[in-house]
Amino acid sequence: MHHSIDVHDLVFSYPDGHPALRGVSFGIAPGEKVAIVGPNGAGKSTLLLHLNGILRGAGRVSVCGQVLSDQTLGPIRSAVGMVFQDPDDQLFSPTVFDDVAFGPMYQGLPEPEVRARVTTALADVGMAGRVNRVSHHLSSGEKKRIAIATVLAMEPEVLVLDEPTAGLDPRARRDLIRLLRELPQTMLVSTHDLRMVQELFLRTIVMDEGVVCSDGPTADLLAAPDVLQAHGLEVP
Amino acid sequence: MHVHFLDPYRQLPSPVHALDGRVKFVLAVAFILTVSLTPFGAWPVYLLLLSIMLSVEILSGLGVGYVLRRASLALPFVLAAFPLLFTTPGTVLLKLPLGTWTLALTAEGALRFANVAVKSWLSVQAAIVLASSTPFPDLLLAMRAVRIPRLLVAMFGLMWRYLFVLVDEALRLMRARAARSGLVRQPRHTAGRLRPGGSLAWRARVAGGMAGSLFLRAVDRSDRIYVAMLSRGYDGEVRSFTLQPVSSGARVTLVAGLMVLGLLWLSGTLVWG
Repeated sequence: MHHSIDVHDLVFSYPDGHPALRGVSFGIAPGEKVAIVGPNGAGKSTLLLHLNGILRGAGRVSVCGQVLSDQTLGPIRSAVGMVFQDPDDQLFSPTVFDDVAFGPMYQGLPEPEVRARVTTALADVGMAGRVNRVSHHLSSGEKKRIAIATVLAMEPEVLVLDEPTAGLDPRARRDLIRLLRELPQTMLVSTHDLRMVQELFLRTIVMDEGVVCSDGPTADLLAAPDVLQAHGLEVP
Repeated sequence: MHVHFLDPYRQLPSPVHALDGRVKFVLAVAFILTVSLTPFGAWPVYLLLLSIMLSVEILSGLGVGYVLRRASLALPFVLAAFPLLFTTPGTVLLKLPLGTWTLALTAEGALRFANVAVKSWLSVQAAIVLASSTPFPDLLLAMRAVRIPRLLVAMFGLMWRYLFVLVDEALRLMRARAARSGLVRQPRHTAGRLRPGGSLAWRARVAGGMAGSLFLRAVDRSDRIYVAMLSRGYDGEVRSFTLQPVSSGARVTLVAGLMVLGLLWLSGTLVWG
């Protein structure tokens, strides 16, 4: 049985020479939901961008048993559903339908199948019937849900979310947490929202300055306020 | 904070709104072509074209007033034809001495200017009715249907999507500037020496900085959008759904509309050409 995500000794520096990842290793089992926390600039977003080969550092990244390489880039991008922090970046099409259909269409599915996927994905996030809406006219909470639908339509094995609760009001946040709990996919979520972490994730990875500082049960981490404090986090 | 006022689309229950966007697009382009090809001086044809336009405006529920108010935005462009007033040779109506020069306004020049003005005024109305009665995504479909290159259509789509986001961003920047542009009561010993609002050069520098920051944000955003597209499998090729066939009713409207416009153009060319 392979891990859904396996990262081994990943090293990456930005073109300006700034080191962002300095030997990151971890594995995530199929169906596991893991949070990744740490201060701004810890390298969380950079790490996430490696999981579908947008950034390519030294070291080994395997997703769903396939080692990331030029040959596996296509299948890996369909297997990893990446939800970005700002839904305005993710929703780039004129209508909600076009946006949700984008992924399946590029997977080369026949049109009736794409339409069916769009309907199912929008229903899964509770946004059925918004097909012809224009992205600009949606609220932040709706945009977030539809951003998640755009990747669910690709039927990914792994969901990767970057700060999903940022900028949401309490009700939208609550709805989103419920949605994330219901989704069956393997999940890696980068966040500052430790209350959500406490509710939703059994395992938490702490990153700081480009390395994994701690990786274990969320309960243990939350019981160690000194570890949290050392990495700019607060006990919820 | 959201900008909706830029979106010209007005949702109304009217036969013009209900008509297939592709048919509207083709008819609007054909109308503009007819207007531009109708020869100079064919006033009765222009009158008929105007009456068609006004009927469509009334039928669409947008109202003549609404369309004409919007059409006034195009007035400054008519000024491009202004020199025609003086450069067309013919019977002199008016002489304007301008230093050592004399500008002679001719009757033919005035007619020609009026002609250009009417042409652009009619064309702009067609464009306004099209944009106000058709949601933008339908216009994009129409552009695809008439074989405008897909990449270009995709670029129009992205531009339209992010125009609003960008304007929102600009508004936020301006609001932030306004929020920090307070005035203080001047202490007596500095009376007259503090310059509220700063010098013109300084303010110009701030405005320039804002424009630059907006540009950088737009570049950053375009990078993030591209990454989001790559993540969902974008490979540089624009793919889209096959188009639904145009309904037979819409086809009839299309053919009838094109025939009327064709006839108008033909009669204009035969009688006045």
